[in-house]
Amino acid sequence: MDTAIASSTFRHGVHPQEHKEATESLPLERMPFVERYILPLGQHIGAPSKAVVKSGDQVQRGQLIAAPGGYVSTSLHSPVTGKVVGVASHRTANGQFVPAIEIEADPYSSQRMVQESAADWQSLSGSDFVQAVQDAGLVGLGGAAFPSHVKYALPEGKRCQYLVLNGCECEPYLTCDHRVMAERADDVILGARILQQKLQADRAVFGVEANKPDAIEALRQAIPAGEAMEVRALHVKYPQGAEKMLIKAVFGREVPAGKLPLDLNMVVNNVGTMAAIADYFVRGQPLIERVVTVSGPGIASPANLIVPIGTPVRQVLAHCGLSEKTQQLIMGGPMMGQSLSSVDVPVLKGTSGLLAFTGDALLERVEHPCIRCGRCLEACPNFLNPQQLARLSRYSEYQRAEDEHYAMDCMECGACTFVCPSGIPIVQLIRVAKGVIRESKK
Amino acid sequence: MPAKDPPLILQTAPFLIRGTSTPRVMIDVIIGIAPVVAASIWFFGISALLVLAVCIAGAMITEAIFAGEKKNLADGSAALTGLLVGLTLPPSMPLWMAFLGGGVAIGLGKTAWGGLGQNIFNPALVGRAFLQAAFPISITSWTPARGLADFFRTSSSTFAIPFMKPTVDAISTATPMKGSGKNYKTASWLALLIGNVSGSLGETSALLALVGAIYMTIRRTFEWRIPVSIFVSVAALSGGLHLLNNAYPTPSFMLLSGGLVFGAIFMATDPVTSPMTAKGAWIFGVGIGILVVLIRTFGALDEGVMYAILFMNALCPHIDRYTQPKPFGRRKSS
Repeated sequence: MDTAIASSTFRHGVHPQEHKEATESLPLERMPFVERYILPLGQHIGAPSKAVVKSGDQVQRGQLIAAPGGYVSTSLHSPVTGKVVGVASHRTANGQFVPAIEIEADPYSSQRMVQESAADWQSLSGSDFVQAVQDAGLVGLGGAAFPSHVKYALPEGKRCQYLVLNGCECEPYLTCDHRVMAERADDVILGARILQQKLQADRAVFGVEANKPDAIEALRQAIPAGEAMEVRALHVKYPQGAEKMLIKAVFGREVPAGKLPLDLNMVVNNVGTMAAIADYFVRGQPLIERVVTVSGPGIASPANLIVPIGTPVRQVLAHCGLSEKTQQLIMGGPMMGQSLSSVDVPVLKGTSGLLAFTGDALLERVEHPCIRCGRCLEACPNFLNPQQLARLSRYSEYQRAEDEHYAMDCMECGACTFVCPSGIPIVQLIRVAKGVIRESKK
Repeated sequence: MPAKDPPLILQTAPFLIRGTSTPRVMIDVIIGIAPVVAASIWFFGISALLVLAVCIAGAMITEAIFAGEKKNLADGSAALTGLLVGLTLPPSMPLWMAFLGGGVAIGLGKTAWGGLGQNIFNPALVGRAFLQAAFPISITSWTPARGLADFFRTSSSTFAIPFMKPTVDAISTATPMKGSGKNYKTASWLALLIGNVSGSLGETSALLALVGAIYMTIRRTFEWRIPVSIFVSVAALSGGLHLLNNAYPTPSFMLLSGGLVFGAIFMATDPVTSPMTAKGAWIFGVGIGILVVLIRTFGALDEGVMYAILFMNALCPHIDRYTQPKPFGRRKSS
């Protein structure tokens, strides 16, 4: 690497207990088909998709059911063979009701994929590739669910020198990326090779936290000789998987505030997305399923489940055995996920985990006055001043929070709240400030 | 799946915390200070115990009465403040004065500012500064360190009746600090290190204070940069002065005598009244170190640690302002 000075981690950050032991060595297993699937039209960042089926239509597994609703939007496919029973509003993870396609599975179907011919990726042009990615309904599987094709369509004058593949999985409990890398290393590498070729990237670099030695080894084994690809073991530290922290760790470079990795000629993608690229370009399978880590003290048999998108959370939890003592359900990781108000919400393309916490594992939030200990400043990977941000937010001094302390630079990783000995909801207060600032800019 | 859907608690991320809490921080400080407390009781017997007890009582009672809705005795901070005040006092301190000192520390040092986390000045030092101004004789009357043999011996001043003309024991011994500079050779550095000298309760054993510092550093309840920068700057400045003129005390005497080690470890590191950033901690510590040497060497006072810390407490908001972290991606080097 020419200018790249490698350091194996970023500065600051925190070390939460990993809690990965329950699932890190469990092989991927398939969630059985259930009766009904709920597919919200807006489960990615950007414009919702537009339904192309109506109530009563027969659909086959893998068939397009909603087309992109704009450029920053993507396609949606049926995860099962069955019948559309409604296109109506349905509760989703964040508590809102959103338009969703409801599909009743055909219990007698073999659930064979609709055979879309696997595209010959070698000969695809760059723009055809971007189109194909949108057709596949691919989004970043790390959790943000940003439509992948938008990332892959490099703007005029931009170049992708490094393709950075994010296998950090720094969130406690989650092991879905870990298992995909360990068990599907060939697919992950193939997906990365396809993407590297299409982006014309000089080099593909995997960043994986050192707590996944089997995944690192599997990836290294799977890289064909002579390929411009490497796997870097990174320190185990939260939030190592944040895009800018990953770039800092691998290349020692800082993405300027308000800029994107592309401004440093880099594209960052989650490793699970690479396996999904391979699924589409080799087997013609669009994004209709993903791996979800089901874990936490309230789960009887934790698992890394391959779950069809749209499966109700209720069924997934029932499959893994939900304890009666469960008091909190989290979709995603415990540092940045969201707590669910109901089990009657579907698994989405961005759902990396379902965690159940019982009363004794619950976070007791007792707040004490700030003693200015400075732990939040030492935790913040963005080198912000969370103490001041929280204070200003509490006094409704939102504009000052932005003008003097760069509130909008906060990526809401939650490291500050994690370390605060006074139990102050620091990141929550910053989130409020960011929301108000965003509103006022409109 | 349970027969009935469990009622779910809604919160926002993160759902994990490290598990250190402010009361736990206070407990760690109290554990860190325990060896010093034990030594003071060993050296000064029951008088030490009584002085510490009434200081804590004064602090906690004041918190209970005046802190209003912000009252929180359970978090241990009031007790800790009282203990710290007590450790800055001589063993023969009349108990009613010590009680008053604990009360003033919390009343004027903390609750008057709005309670825990709001005060500018170290509350324990506010308490001591008050006592020094109000009772200059009692606070500078020293008894020799004795040991367990005389455990129950108290000085007649201990039970002095409030507001009556204080009966002060004849100054039975000079502290190593007395007339500092001139007779710095009265105490060997070894005696200073172990603490077998007269002085305030907590000021005598540098070694045990360091043991506490190590514990608190391991527990990460402690900004080690502050004492380190104090020690380094005191050693450097007093070493330079001693080289210029050996009538000035040696760096080892400067470091080990009086309240320097105790103050640097337990007073200057109070998170509320010290800077929040690492860079700020260095500036703060160096500032204290320089002031201590200047006050001790050139000032009218024998001891300067208290004023040095209080002065730097006042500068703390400014230090914080000028040592704000530069956000990621906003540094020139990127």
